[in-house]
Amino acid sequence: MTTVLDPTGELTPQTRQRVPRPKSLYGLTVGLLDISKPRGDVFLDRVEAKLIGLGAKVNRYRKPTFAKPAPVDLRHEIASQCDAVIEALAD
Amino acid sequence: MSDNPARTTTAPPLPDGLVAVVKKDCPTCVLVMPVLNDLARRARATVITQDDPSFPATAEWVIHDAELELSWHHDIETVPTLLKVKDGQPTERIVGWNRTEWESFTGLDDLGADLPDWRPGCGSLSVDPTLSDQLAVKFSGSAMKSRRVEIAALEDVSESMFDRGWSDGLPLVPPTEARVMRMLAGTTRAPDDLVAVVPPDLVECTVEKVAVNAVMAGCRPDYLPVVITALEAACTDEFNMHGLLATTMPVGPVIIVNGPIRQRIGMNSGINVLGQGNRANSTIGRALQLVIRNVGGGRPGGVDRATHGSPAKYGLCFPEDEEGSPWDSLAENRGFTNGESTVTLFPGESPRIIVDQISRSPESLTRHLALALRSNISPKLAMMFDSILVLSPEHMARYRDAGWNRERFNQEIGEMLKLSGDELVRGAGGIEEGLPEMFAGNPVPKFRPGGLLVVHAGGGAGLFSSIIAGWVNGNTGTDPVTREIKP
Repeated sequence: MTTVLDPTGELTPQTRQRVPRPKSLYGLTVGLLDISKPRGDVFLDRVEAKLIGLGAKVNRYRKPTFAKPAPVDLRHEIASQCDAVIEALAD
Repeated sequence: MSDNPARTTTAPPLPDGLVAVVKKDCPTCVLVMPVLNDLARRARATVITQDDPSFPATAEWVIHDAELELSWHHDIETVPTLLKVKDGQPTERIVGWNRTEWESFTGLDDLGADLPDWRPGCGSLSVDPTLSDQLAVKFSGSAMKSRRVEIAALEDVSESMFDRGWSDGLPLVPPTEARVMRMLAGTTRAPDDLVAVVPPDLVECTVEKVAVNAVMAGCRPDYLPVVITALEAACTDEFNMHGLLATTMPVGPVIIVNGPIRQRIGMNSGINVLGQGNRANSTIGRALQLVIRNVGGGRPGGVDRATHGSPAKYGLCFPEDEEGSPWDSLAENRGFTNGESTVTLFPGESPRIIVDQISRSPESLTRHLALALRSNISPKLAMMFDSILVLSPEHMARYRDAGWNRERFNQEIGEMLKLSGDELVRGAGGIEEGLPEMFAGNPVPKFRPGGLLVVHAGGGAGLFSSIIAGWVNGNTGTDPVTREIKP
């Protein structure tokens, strides 16, 4: 038998309960995060219009650069101001 | 081993006075048995026997080192070893049998009068290759905290590591406790020292975890300080390892090594400098990428979204040929002294060649290099992407002969890399990609100030240079980072 050392970060992910899926977006605040890629705003404008059509309120946010993770403050702002979030990646 | 910070135990004391360490399975030890008896009688010597407890006698002056703890701790490499011990610690030692030496060491005459004058000793059991690893693990009081993963006897160790997802696709060296301990001897830092918080999972990474991955990558212990410093440099805000990992572009952390450590660890800055064949060049960058993968959790298809990737992402690391260069080194140019060893991290893709076998004037060669560099990333884009230019010795000779220094070169190539905004804007040349319209009508530099890093390396023959293109630079992407390598 060979014993080796674990090369990983040995993380134990926390299991967290998901927030229940809303039955309707009517009256809820949905956050849209622009990651600052060119023409991302064109796409998000369309999404915003569709969401408003469903009766949702939309908050728009923007990352300083697509090349770095969103700052902690921004993530906190989104979490505290919105009822739902649409997460998407560029490219 | 005594300098190994992973070793936390102290050596158990030996009996004071004269001590001989022997084993029965050694013809020289058997030969000197009468001398050992003599020394016990005349000098109250103690004999430590490694294998047979009744060799050379069953007596109170014979200690059986059954676990080899005394032999291991006191670094016995040969039997017989004759020691002078004071306060439990050896002060002097001789090995093998040599009558004159034994007589002068003990101050006693007529030792082993019937024996030959000289016989070499045998290997100590404590350094037997089949035992030494287990002994090191057993007696070092290992401070290593990583989870122990037991791979069953019927499992193939190599396959098992692939199955666990630890590999970059190439075989790994199994990170056994003994190997990781030897790796840790390459640094003065303690195993539990924090090196960096590694993206994308933002995991605190200790010296020990770096060592485990360095073993797997195939590093030698003396490379470890380079890997540690490279990881520190990679995990800074300026270098933005998270973004570099996540990008769809084919870039990874490229490591350029400067300073005395290049020769000390045997790096290759000459023939095939950017290719295979040198252990340090090949494994240091790989070790860094394995830390990002295993500790940080950064994997292709996960946070790593590269469209194509590139062979550079296995780990590209090379040293500058400073000795052959008439210029200051890259590290000196970035504010370090030539006595300091450094790593410079650059977000780069795989190298590509520029051939120029005809230019004999520095002006012609520079103009040609500039023309090739225009296509860095895209001939329609400028300023957003840095580049490394690796000048070969034969190309550098043009500048040496003409007396151009680095400043002169940068100034001249900077002029030649002032591009026409009209040719770069979107739509120009019938190509929709390009700079925004606002750049039309003005000259646009291909590189931001300091965005072209020039390094001297390569084999002595070949009128070629190499370009390593970067990705988005500055606050929105990555800035190259240079750090001093500490032991």
